[in-house]
Amino acid sequence: MPLHTPTSPHIHSGITVTTVMLRVLLALVPGIAAYIWLFGTGVLINIVLAMVFALGAEAVMLKLRGRPLLPFLTDGSVVVTAVLFALTLPPLAPWWLSFLGILFAVVIGKHLFGGLGHNPFNPAMLGYVMLLISFPREMTMWAPPLSLATHPLAFADTLAYVFLGHLPDALSLDAVTMATPLDHVKTEVSRSHEISAVMSGSPLFGTLAGTGWEWLGLAYLAGGLWLIKKRIIGWQIPAAMLGALALMAAIFYAVDNARYASPLFHLLSGGALLGAFFIATDPVTAATTPRGRLYYGAGIGVLVYVIRTWGGYPDAVAFAVLLMNIAAPTIDHYTQPRVFGHRKD
Amino acid sequence: MSVRLWRFNGGVHPPQHKAESTTEALRAARLPKRLILPLHQHIGEAAEPVVNIGDTVLKGQLIARAKGYVSAAVHAPSSGTVSDIGDYPVPHPSGMSASCIVIQTDGEDRWGERPDYGDYTQIDPSHLRNMIRDAGIVGLGGAGFPSFIKLNPGSRKHIDTLILNGVECEPYITCDDMLMRERPREIIAGIRIMQHALHARECLIAVEDNKPAAYRIMCEAIAKEAGIRVALCPTIYPQGSEKQLIKVLTGKESPSNGLPIDIGVVLHNVGTAYAVHRAIQHGEPLISRTVTVTGGAVAQPRNVDVLFGTPVIDLLDECGADLGQADRLLMGGPMMGFALHSMNVPVIKTTNCVLATTPAQTPAPRDALPCIRCGACMDACPVHLLPQQLYWHAHAKEFDKTQTYNLFDCIECGCCAYVCPSQIPLVQYYRYAKAEIWAQERDKEKADLARKRHDFRQERIEREKAERAARLHKKKTETVTADKTEAKPSAGDEPKAAILAAIERAKAKREAAATAAESSEEKPGQPPDGGT
Repeated sequence: MPLHTPTSPHIHSGITVTTVMLRVLLALVPGIAAYIWLFGTGVLINIVLAMVFALGAEAVMLKLRGRPLLPFLTDGSVVVTAVLFALTLPPLAPWWLSFLGILFAVVIGKHLFGGLGHNPFNPAMLGYVMLLISFPREMTMWAPPLSLATHPLAFADTLAYVFLGHLPDALSLDAVTMATPLDHVKTEVSRSHEISAVMSGSPLFGTLAGTGWEWLGLAYLAGGLWLIKKRIIGWQIPAAMLGALALMAAIFYAVDNARYASPLFHLLSGGALLGAFFIATDPVTAATTPRGRLYYGAGIGVLVYVIRTWGGYPDAVAFAVLLMNIAAPTIDHYTQPRVFGHRKD
Repeated sequence: MSVRLWRFNGGVHPPQHKAESTTEALRAARLPKRLILPLHQHIGEAAEPVVNIGDTVLKGQLIARAKGYVSAAVHAPSSGTVSDIGDYPVPHPSGMSASCIVIQTDGEDRWGERPDYGDYTQIDPSHLRNMIRDAGIVGLGGAGFPSFIKLNPGSRKHIDTLILNGVECEPYITCDDMLMRERPREIIAGIRIMQHALHARECLIAVEDNKPAAYRIMCEAIAKEAGIRVALCPTIYPQGSEKQLIKVLTGKESPSNGLPIDIGVVLHNVGTAYAVHRAIQHGEPLISRTVTVTGGAVAQPRNVDVLFGTPVIDLLDECGADLGQADRLLMGGPMMGFALHSMNVPVIKTTNCVLATTPAQTPAPRDALPCIRCGACMDACPVHLLPQQLYWHAHAKEFDKTQTYNLFDCIECGCCAYVCPSQIPLVQYYRYAKAEIWAQERDKEKADLARKRHDFRQERIEREKAERAARLHKKKTETVTADKTEAKPSAGDEPKAAILAAIERAKAKREAAATAAESSEEKPGQPPDGGT
């Protein structure tokens, strides 16, 4: 009998890239559910569109690069990219916005750098930032939470807008969109209004932070904690990013609470929680050493606060993540752990 | 008394599969017709045969002696006739053949002389070490390092802790478990001898908590023994690795480029302690060991006492293995064991397990995906390396960079590859990088040697040339002067000219010395200030 002679180890844990990606998607379910509940079905259309475009773009690129289709289409990575990208889009986004964003993310962000595992930048964030810079108007048209909407759109109406650009009769785009809480605060502060007055005087703000947004953030937090428990992600990046963001916010809030929003508002607004658990933790583009992950996460947290407060954009997770992506290899280089039996130095 | 425990980084929890092979009591394997004894069953130099083809040997008789310091003797595991000395397939990952002594057994299993050493406490430790060396004892945990070396406290007067490794963290393997369950008194007798040799202050026996029976039995056995404690360690792989276990039990890390003895700790396997007891108190050299025969393709998995040289096929037959069902045949466990190329290879001193797995137990890995830098390998690495970086550089053949990431600290435990979601055969990359670096170093050494030889040769040629030129020059000037007084030596008669020149030089020297002696009025041979 000819014996089969592979080398050790001869067993495997059974956890594959596909398992990892499926668990990430599973952890996003509470967030997506809350999103639909609070903001309507627009996000669902975005997710489906992004997934279809992403799988198509991935397949074409794999074919062009002469790579096998099946293992890479089923690894789940491009689906995660698509879902994360879709979650960053406004709920009312025309189909071509998804198409262009995904094309940029998958073709340029991922495959031109060598595909899975070789991209220096988070592809979903590259796609998002490209759109934000190129189509600022479309990218900032946020639908308000359903509870605040004067003209809530039915699923069919949303679909018609996404594909045909038609709104139901007598409705202008302004009637179905509203500023986000972060946006609103930024505008009002620039007009020298006090934050406490702004927040108490607007239905945009709820118990903890923005109406609707606060619960969305908490749903992402729940999914993220589950990922940490399942050891799909480490605790370091989310903890450091949220910690740094909260610390920055706390310092300035203590200095002048009329002009600077509270730490809680910052944590529960915009992309902070989605970013901390699902975007900054993208393994390919993040720092990997335990200490490096802390620096990397903290860097994102600080940058988010700086750009939100003094920059030109209301939110900053995408910019902060991309900026720290550049720093990740250097951070890894300087944060190698002490090897067993080596002296501390 | 509970023992305080520490932790090491990482580790994994693969399925245990230990229950299968522990249902039956330990027993001796059948005596095979033919024993194949490799001369190299340990770390160090291969042994040197002291028998010839056709010699009859008795059980326990020395058949190959240790060659050099780091080496181990080989003894006849049973009585019979030496039928061949030559190359046979040996257990090795490469499937290579190597020098073996083959004994045709006579079925009588007749012992040769078994010396009675008396009370070991009266024996000087250095003498005791020689006896252990002569018994061919090597570490039975898997590495096979000659034990007498690790029973030498060296420059230290004593060592702090002797650790007995009964952790057995590899899945499937239960030979140490069964030995502890069935022969606790003998193990402790062996520990006492080791303590005597090492002047060890205390001894810790480490058992993982997946072996409750062995733990209980060892605890009972040491109840009346002073200075020995049993530590129950939470099961985690690779806790049985020497440096990791020392960390768990003492909190100390033995230095990367040093030995545990540097921090006052020595570690031996429980099987080794048993072997030391047999050697010193029964006069029996190391000729057999406990081996686990298990795996899905084995009908009656169990532990057996096996004579060294027993072909693996005989053991598998005895335990009812159906090799048609087997995916692969491993020597050792599924994490660090290697696949055998032949079923005719013998059991040797380092064989703790023969594992015939089904395809479901050791499924073929899928094609590796690219590394996604998730760091699961880093979280699992018991040495706290960055396996993802090592892989990256090994893959790119940047071997110098693999060394800056401490490649040679890797113990090849396989944790990284076990958890890698991309199913990259990481350990294989590290072995490859190590082999390449060794090859480069060998090449460099060769090149250095060649360069030295070349330089030396160049220097010699230059020197000879210069000497020749000097001689020629001298000859020329001398012939010019000699022309006036003596007959001119024939042209081209260089040796003659040289001799003449030498004579001239000697003469000139003598004259110079004589004039000097005369002028200072001293007798030659005395120091210049001798007369004053």
